[in-house]
Amino acid sequence: MVVQALRDNGVAHIFGYPGGAVLPIYDELFQQEDVQHILVRHEQGAGHAAEGYARSTGKAGVMLVTSGPGATNAVTPLQDALMDSIPLVCITGQVPTSLIGSDAFQECDTVGITRPCTKHNWLVKDVNELAAILHEAFHVATTGRPGPVVVDIPKDVQFAKGIYTPPQTAPRTSYHPKIQGDMESIKAAVELMANAKRPVIYSGGGVINSGAEASHLLRELVDLTGFPITSTLMGLGAYPASGPAWLGMLGMHGTYEANMTMHDCDVMLCIGARFDDRITGRLNAFSPNSKKIHIDIDPSSINKNVPADVPIIGDVGRVMEDMVRLWRATARTDKARLAPWWEQIEKWRARDSLAYRPNDEIIMPQYAIQRLYELTKHRDTYITTEVGQHQMWAAQHYGFEKPNHWMTSGGLGTMGYGLPAALGVQIAHPDALVIDIAGDASVQMTIQEMSCAVQYEAPIKIFILNNQYMGMVRQWQQLLHGNRLSHSYTEAMPDFVKLAEAYGGHGIRCEKPGDLDDAIQEMIDVRKPVIFDCRVANLANCFPMIPSGKAHNEMLLPDEATDEAVANAIDAKGRALV
Amino acid sequence: MNAHLQPTGSAYFIAKETEKPEAHTLSVLVDNEPGVLARVIGLFSGRGYNIDSLTVSETEHEKHLSRITIVTRGTPHVLQQIKHQLERIVPVHRVNDLTVRAAELGHDRPLERELALVKVAGTGEDRVEALRLADAFRASVIDANTEHFIFEITGRVSKIEQFIAIMKPLGLIEVCRTGVAAMNRGPQGM
Repeated sequence: MVVQALRDNGVAHIFGYPGGAVLPIYDELFQQEDVQHILVRHEQGAGHAAEGYARSTGKAGVMLVTSGPGATNAVTPLQDALMDSIPLVCITGQVPTSLIGSDAFQECDTVGITRPCTKHNWLVKDVNELAAILHEAFHVATTGRPGPVVVDIPKDVQFAKGIYTPPQTAPRTSYHPKIQGDMESIKAAVELMANAKRPVIYSGGGVINSGAEASHLLRELVDLTGFPITSTLMGLGAYPASGPAWLGMLGMHGTYEANMTMHDCDVMLCIGARFDDRITGRLNAFSPNSKKIHIDIDPSSINKNVPADVPIIGDVGRVMEDMVRLWRATARTDKARLAPWWEQIEKWRARDSLAYRPNDEIIMPQYAIQRLYELTKHRDTYITTEVGQHQMWAAQHYGFEKPNHWMTSGGLGTMGYGLPAALGVQIAHPDALVIDIAGDASVQMTIQEMSCAVQYEAPIKIFILNNQYMGMVRQWQQLLHGNRLSHSYTEAMPDFVKLAEAYGGHGIRCEKPGDLDDAIQEMIDVRKPVIFDCRVANLANCFPMIPSGKAHNEMLLPDEATDEAVANAIDAKGRALV
Repeated sequence: MNAHLQPTGSAYFIAKETEKPEAHTLSVLVDNEPGVLARVIGLFSGRGYNIDSLTVSETEHEKHLSRITIVTRGTPHVLQQIKHQLERIVPVHRVNDLTVRAAELGHDRPLERELALVKVAGTGEDRVEALRLADAFRASVIDANTEHFIFEITGRVSKIEQFIAIMKPLGLIEVCRTGVAAMNRGPQGM
C-alpha cells in the first residue's frame, strides 16, 4: 500500500536505510521496479539526499527509515528542510501498535520528537487510513510554504491488509494556504514602486520554491522596472548573476553594493524572503528610511522581524504575475528618475568588495571557486555546499544563472549537508555535473556517503577547500575571542586522496595555483565520484562582513580588514551577539 | 580578554522590547485528533510564548472539532506572531483573538468565566464564616461533612482568585480550577 501511494504521488526515487520496523515495506520495494530505492550509509544522509533531490527537481524528496535510531538520525535533515522550506516526505517504521509505549526494542516517540521539526506528522494506527494519510502528507509537504512531514507506520499496520484509496485533492478542511495575493495591496505596492527614487528588490528562496515560472517572472519584473536586485543565500540563481541589475548576495557576507543599496533605499520589495538575522544585521539600523513591501506565502513571516508597510500574502509567482500585469498597465519605467540611484550603486560597486590578494604560490580559496566556475559554467552544473567559509566563498564567487542549481543549508547551517545533497541531485540528474563545494571539516561529517555514491555510480565531485581549520569558527575566534583558536584546528587530517581510493572513487590533490585548471579538468572528466583535495591558504578569512551588532553600512571590507581593524571591529556588546 | 568576563547573552541580535505586554484571550478551533494539543503547547514553549491559562474540550462531536481557549501575554507584535504561528498548524481551523474582537465590538473585554472547586476544612467560627462567605460569592456546597466543605464557584478569574484568597485563613486545603472559557458578546459567531 505504501509503495502504491508512492507511485500514485509520482515518486521515482526514495532514499533510505532498512531496519526491523520497516522490513514489510522493504519487502514490497524488493518486488517492484517503479520506485528505485537508494541505499545510504546513515539516515542523515538519506534526508539530505532527499533534500538535494527535492530542491533540484521541485518535487518532494522521499526518505524511508526504521524506528528508533533511524528516526532520530532523521531529525537533523527534517529541521534543515523545515528552515529552508524543502518538501520532504519521511516515512518511518514504528514498533507494532501493541508495543507502543512499552519501551520496546528500537522504539522512540517519533511523532513527539519530530513534531517541532516538521510541518505536520502522523502516526498511522489503522491500515484503512494509511493511503489517505500518505496522500495528505505529499499534499501538505508540497503546497503552501513547503516543508518536511513524517508518517510513522507501526509494523503491524505495514503487514495489515486494507482498502487503498487513490489520491484526492485537499481532503482536510483546516489546511488551505493562501495563494492569490490581495489585489488592493498589490496595487498599493505597484504605486509605491512606480514613485520610488531609490528602489531595491530583495528576493529569497521563496522564488525558487514557487517554481521556474516565478524565477522567469522575477527576471521580467526586474527588466520592466529597471530596479537593482539582490538576493539571500537561498535565492541565488532566481535572477542570473550575469544580469545587469544584479548586485550580488546581501547580508553578513554579502557585497558592499548590495548591503549599501539595502541600507539607503527608499522602497524595498522583498519577495519570498524572511528578514533573517544574517540578512538584517542590527535590526534597529536595518534600512531605516525605506517603505517595505513584503510578499510571502506564510503570514507568520510577515512582521516577524521587520515591520512591512505593504504586506502581501500569497504565492510569490502569482503575486509577481499580477504585479507585472499591473505595472504594464499603469506604470512606466522612468530611467531618468533612477539614474542618480544607479550612479550611486556603481560607486559602491567600484569598491570591489569581493577583491582578494592574488597569490602565485598558494591557492587562494576565492581563486579556486572562480576557476571552478570558469571551467564548469558552460555545462549543466549543480552546486551543493557544506557550511562555513567555503559556503560563503561559493555564494560570492560562483555565478549562478539558473534556479534549482544551488543547494545549500541556509537556515539551519548543517555541516555535512553538501555531500549527500549532491548525491540526491545526481540521482535526479544522472547526466549533469554535480559538485559539492566542501570544507575539510564539514565533509567529514557525512563522508560515509562516498560509499553510496560509488555503489550507484553517481559521479559527484567533492571539491574540498582544505585549510585544515574549521575556518568560519576560527574566523569568529579571531574576531571575538582574542585569537584563541580553541579546538578549531584539525591536527589529524585524513589523506583525502587515499580515502577516495579506499571508497573506490578517484582522488586528486592540488597545491599550486598553476596546476589548478588541469586538476579541475581531470575532476570533470573522470566518470567516478571524485574527492578533490584543494589545499588553500590556511588563514584566509571571508570578507566582506557585517560584524555582529553592526548595521549594513558598517561593513568590514577586505582591504580595510587589517589585523587591527578586525580586532576593533566588534565592541564588547557585539561580542555577546554573533 | 577574559572570555568569562564577557557579557553573556543570546547568540543573536536582540532589540530591547519597548512595547508593553498585554493579556489576550485566544480561541482556537482545531480538529480533535491525537497530538493537536501537544502541537499548540509545543509551539508556545518552543517559541517562548507565555500561557496564563489554557482550556480544551471537544465542542462539536460529529465534526470532531475542539475549542482551545488560551490566555496569553505579550506585546502586540508577539501576539500577532502567536496568532499567525497557530494558524500555520495543519489541524487548526481558525484562531480568534477574542480580546481584539471585543474591542472591535465596542466591549471592554470578552466574556470570560472559570469554574473552581475549593476544599476548605475547619471547625467552629471559621467553618461558619467560610459558609457565609461562600454564600456571598454564590458558591455552592457540593460535598461536606462535619469537618469540611467543597465549594463550586464560577465567575470571572478575579472573583475566583478573591474567593480563594479569602478562604486561605479559613482552612483552605485544595483548589482545582478549569482555566478560562471565553466567548464574545452579541449574536455573531467566532
